[in-house]
Amino acid sequence: MTEPVLEARGIVKNFGRVRALRGTDFTVNEGEIVALVGDNGAGKSTLVKVLAGVQTPDEGEILIDGVPVTIDGPVEARRHGIETVYQDLALAAELDPAANLYLGRETMRGRLLGRLGFIDDRAMRGESERLFAELGVRIQDSSAPVATMSGGQRQGIAVSRAVAWASRIIFMDEPTAALGVVQTRNVLDLIRRVRDRGVAVVLISHNMPEVMDVADRVEVLRLGTRVASFRVADVSMDQIIGAMTGALDSKGAENGS
Amino acid sequence: MAVERPSAPELPPGEVIAEEDAAPAKPRWTALVAGSSLWIGLILLGLVTAFSIAAPNSFVSVANARNIATDASVLLVMAVGQTFVIITAGIDLSVGSVLVFSGVISAKAMTLVGGNGWGTMLVGLLASLLAGFAWGIFNGFLIAKAKINALIVTLGSFGMALGLALVITGGVDEREVPTKLVDTIGVGRLFSQVPWLVVVAAVVALIAAIALAKTRFGRHTYAIGSNQEASRRAGIAVDRSLMKVYAISGTLAGLAGFMALSRFATTTVSGHSTDNLSTITAVVIGGTSLFGGIGTVLGTVFGVLIPAVLQNGFVIVGIQPFWQQVAIGAVLILAVYLDQLRRNNWQ
Repeated sequence: MTEPVLEARGIVKNFGRVRALRGTDFTVNEGEIVALVGDNGAGKSTLVKVLAGVQTPDEGEILIDGVPVTIDGPVEARRHGIETVYQDLALAAELDPAANLYLGRETMRGRLLGRLGFIDDRAMRGESERLFAELGVRIQDSSAPVATMSGGQRQGIAVSRAVAWASRIIFMDEPTAALGVVQTRNVLDLIRRVRDRGVAVVLISHNMPEVMDVADRVEVLRLGTRVASFRVADVSMDQIIGAMTGALDSKGAENGS
Repeated sequence: MAVERPSAPELPPGEVIAEEDAAPAKPRWTALVAGSSLWIGLILLGLVTAFSIAAPNSFVSVANARNIATDASVLLVMAVGQTFVIITAGIDLSVGSVLVFSGVISAKAMTLVGGNGWGTMLVGLLASLLAGFAWGIFNGFLIAKAKINALIVTLGSFGMALGLALVITGGVDEREVPTKLVDTIGVGRLFSQVPWLVVVAAVVALIAAIALAKTRFGRHTYAIGSNQEASRRAGIAVDRSLMKVYAISGTLAGLAGFMALSRFATTTVSGHSTDNLSTITAVVIGGTSLFGGIGTVLGTVFGVLIPAVLQNGFVIVGIQPFWQQVAIGAVLILAVYLDQLRRNNWQ
């Protein structure tokens, strides 16, 4: 098998006396959808924050395409082609969708104006509208503040932003938690489309049917360590839940990767 | 103000939403109100019209328009800086004291250099800009790096700047100002029509408006006020941007100090204790949100002119000018209420 696009080994992260991650491993292969599952407090969000550069691990090693890297800061993660859709979406609600899509990475005007710091709003708006259309995100008024938009639209904007910039991996922290049935289906379709573009997606989810539906592989965290890794085709929902709760300790672990 | 914004309520998980779940249509008038600083411009227009009808001979004159604009120009320069600060969801209470401090430093510097020429005035201008800039960086550093609440930092520097100005002058106004400064910038006019002070304020407002609306720095200013954490995660140098914003506010207060010095030929140490509140009032009346992320310089221009027009108009039509304070207080509360209304309309 080829080199995993991202591999984490022995990641430890403590918050004071709370041991959030206790030497966990994690693997993402090229162009796959990996579901990262686990009970509350298993360390899913912390692991994603570490891999997205929001938090620095106390111990452990991160490899991208087999090469050890340090990811200290979101900017560094983004340089490696890693984007994150946070649970809170990290949108500037008073700004319009295009401004959010290009937040911190604005397209500048050409020549002198660009050097003076002028941004090219028209280009950014045009490009965002094209991307929203391509990804099936429906925005009626692209000059309205994001705050006026529905939960589904906001989710679409946040996902679109990640898609626009990611070249390797997109992390999504419970992207459907706040959404209705139809919107959830749209987001899952969107995730598949992203995968089909060759970008790996790591999906944190509590929703088992959703995981079974969309993921290619499942990695299970429990008490800050990876306890199992399954290929979705080879596993039942009960087995995954068993691994999450510890009822099925280690059985079937690593059978898929 | 530096308050935590309550996070938008999340939809309960699993709630079914219709396919077309875009924001529901809103009543037209709130859309208008939320739309822009248009309404505040209309209020200003209404006031001017009303006073023009009430006192066609005295209110409507070039001299009176010049009066209003000159009175407003020093305040506008500070209010422009305050606009940037409030858009980042911050506050700068120090502006009036920084104005006084910068004026004192400027007067001292000009006295030190001596003479009555352009060179002396240039020294005075630079001294005053530098003094303001220093206070701005002081504020910005403590707010961005030391993470001290902006209200407290600038309340502290409000006291410190004024205190130091009084220490330097011994509490007595500095009156040794080059006469040429007063004759040219202070009371002089462009094409013998537009007072130089007004020209300076207009240029400052224009540059600031363009910077805010069209540049990356402006975009980041809005983004930081809208969602500081998201801006940080997006790779925006939040701390540096915040320091720049407070430095701008300080420097503009320094410029205002030089303008006031030119106009009155004295440092007026005791005359600016409520400038901070006046600028905040102007900015907020102009539609800039205290919660950050929203605001325009044009709105601030209107917000500065409305109290000036009211004050002037009341005097002219023979209403006790004290009513101006009552009216402005009411408009301020209304402006904040409208901002709240707009935000509640958003989900």
